Amino acid sequence: MKLPTLREVGVEARLLLIGIPVFLWTMIPIYHMFLFAISPKEDAFSGKLWPAHPTLNNFRIVFHQEHYFLRDFWIQFWNSIVIALAAGALTLLIATAAAFAISRLKVPGGRWVMNLALFTYFIPAAFLAVPMYRTMGNYGLLNNHWSLILAMVTIASPYAIWVLKQASDKLPVELDEAAIMDGATIPQLFRLVYVPLMMPSLVAIGTYAILLAWNEYLYAFLLLSKDTEITLPVALGNFLAADDSPWELLMTTGFIYALPPAAIYYAFKRYMVGGLTAGAVKS
Amino acid sequence: MAITISGDQAMPGPPLSARLTTPQVWGIVLVAPYLLVFLAFVVYPVCYGLWLARHPASYVALWHDPIFARAAVNTLIFLLVGINLKMMIALFLSGFFAQQRPWIKWLSVLFILPWAVPSIPTILSVRFMFNPEWGMVNTLIFKLTGDDGPNWLNDPTVALGMAIGVHIWKSLPFWTLILMTGRLAISHDLYEAAEVDGASWTQKFRFITWPSMQALYLTCTLLSMIWTLGDFNSVYLLTGGGPADLTHVLATLGIRYLRLDQLSLAMASIVCALPFVLPLIYFMMKRLSR
Repeated sequence: MKLPTLREVGVEARLLLIGIPVFLWTMIPIYHMFLFAISPKEDAFSGKLWPAHPTLNNFRIVFHQEHYFLRDFWIQFWNSIVIALAAGALTLLIATAAAFAISRLKVPGGRWVMNLALFTYFIPAAFLAVPMYRTMGNYGLLNNHWSLILAMVTIASPYAIWVLKQASDKLPVELDEAAIMDGATIPQLFRLVYVPLMMPSLVAIGTYAILLAWNEYLYAFLLLSKDTEITLPVALGNFLAADDSPWELLMTTGFIYALPPAAIYYAFKRYMVGGLTAGAVKS
Repeated sequence: MAITISGDQAMPGPPLSARLTTPQVWGIVLVAPYLLVFLAFVVYPVCYGLWLARHPASYVALWHDPIFARAAVNTLIFLLVGINLKMMIALFLSGFFAQQRPWIKWLSVLFILPWAVPSIPTILSVRFMFNPEWGMVNTLIFKLTGDDGPNWLNDPTVALGMAIGVHIWKSLPFWTLILMTGRLAISHDLYEAAEVDGASWTQKFRFITWPSMQALYLTCTLLSMIWTLGDFNSVYLLTGGGPADLTHVLATLGIRYLRLDQLSLAMASIVCALPFVLPLIYFMMKRLSR
């Protein structure tokens, strides 16, 4: 075995000097949350870095809805799932259709639609929130899941259209021409040629929209207010309203809420990194 | 969808069927759903919002509201200090993560976690950690020194700094990833040639890395600034705008006015930001729609 040279050791030490702080910075808030989730109530504030009696009792309390703040946990969980999936599906449908029309069918004014979408993409989300809240009120959609679903579709679809258009511009035109020559209609071209070829980008965009809707807090808390209608993040925010809120249960619920998006992200990481960063910033 | 087509037919000129080919008709049909969403949920709210903000009295009221002035300053600090700091760290770390080491590969998988998990639970976790009475940080300080720790989130300067910290924690992985793709696109031969010529680390950065990254870096910085204007969670969930409404930014101030039923003020505060935001948006669109 070759002994490392002094220079190699020096390089490695310097890398560690960066790596260790990065690791701590990243993990401390997440570890703190996890620590609360496995601590019994009396241990939670002891300031220990590992509880004396780790327990899964908090998870049991959450799953059985055995606390005033958690009495609607499962229905709120369900609301989050429904809204995320509906927003994801609808975004995918609208954005794929638009990208196909603009990129493949060269619809008149397509460039214009692209610019509108890009403009929407750049409006800071919080700026649109106040007028969006009033608009949903005018449409009579407040406290209805559709308000949040449609708001999420509005926010997610510009980026979706943009990424999908860039991806479909890369497909050769000859494919479409050959399919048309063989007598394919436009719907057939879409279904049998376009969608299968675009699959990786479609997976990335679907995941992006689902995660966006699952993670959304501001719009959810403006548009939904009834305890049985709200999503999990709003319920978590409501914990803060009380002074005596049970932190260990809040952190447990937060931990459960954070797991699905993290799992989805890592499962689709392959698509996410390739599909999203390629379009995210063109230098 | 039928409405779109019949609407077009109302225009003067030859009938629609004569002017449009089948693919174009399909194109219009397929683009229509997005246009409907755009009209109903972007055009209408924006026009309605501008209409709500039409009274000059709202701007006078804003001008006399010390909370608005404070929020404007906070927003500037957030953007100018926070974003530049974040992007510099991201540029630095993109070089670190570009190193080929097994343990750095593993670290990069963990490093992406703040971006992958929702921000609400983690921000609340930080909020509890720094609670002056029961939080982990002050408990540890008390254990180690016997003194009470600082009153973290009750000091406006410290609280704003921590809100910026939380924002950086959340979005640093994303920008590091983007800058890393830019870095990996630089030809390796350039670095090898520089190595042969005995270039130092700083020289390599200055003459190879930076010239090929600066356009991307600028785009990222501007994009991050626009989006950070809409960052509601980092401030609202950490400090709630407190203490004494001293840590608001424009994103949370609009919601605060809405809660106080001062809708025209909420819209006016957003309109005040437009002269700064619109040029940035225009610039970005120019850059990205090529």
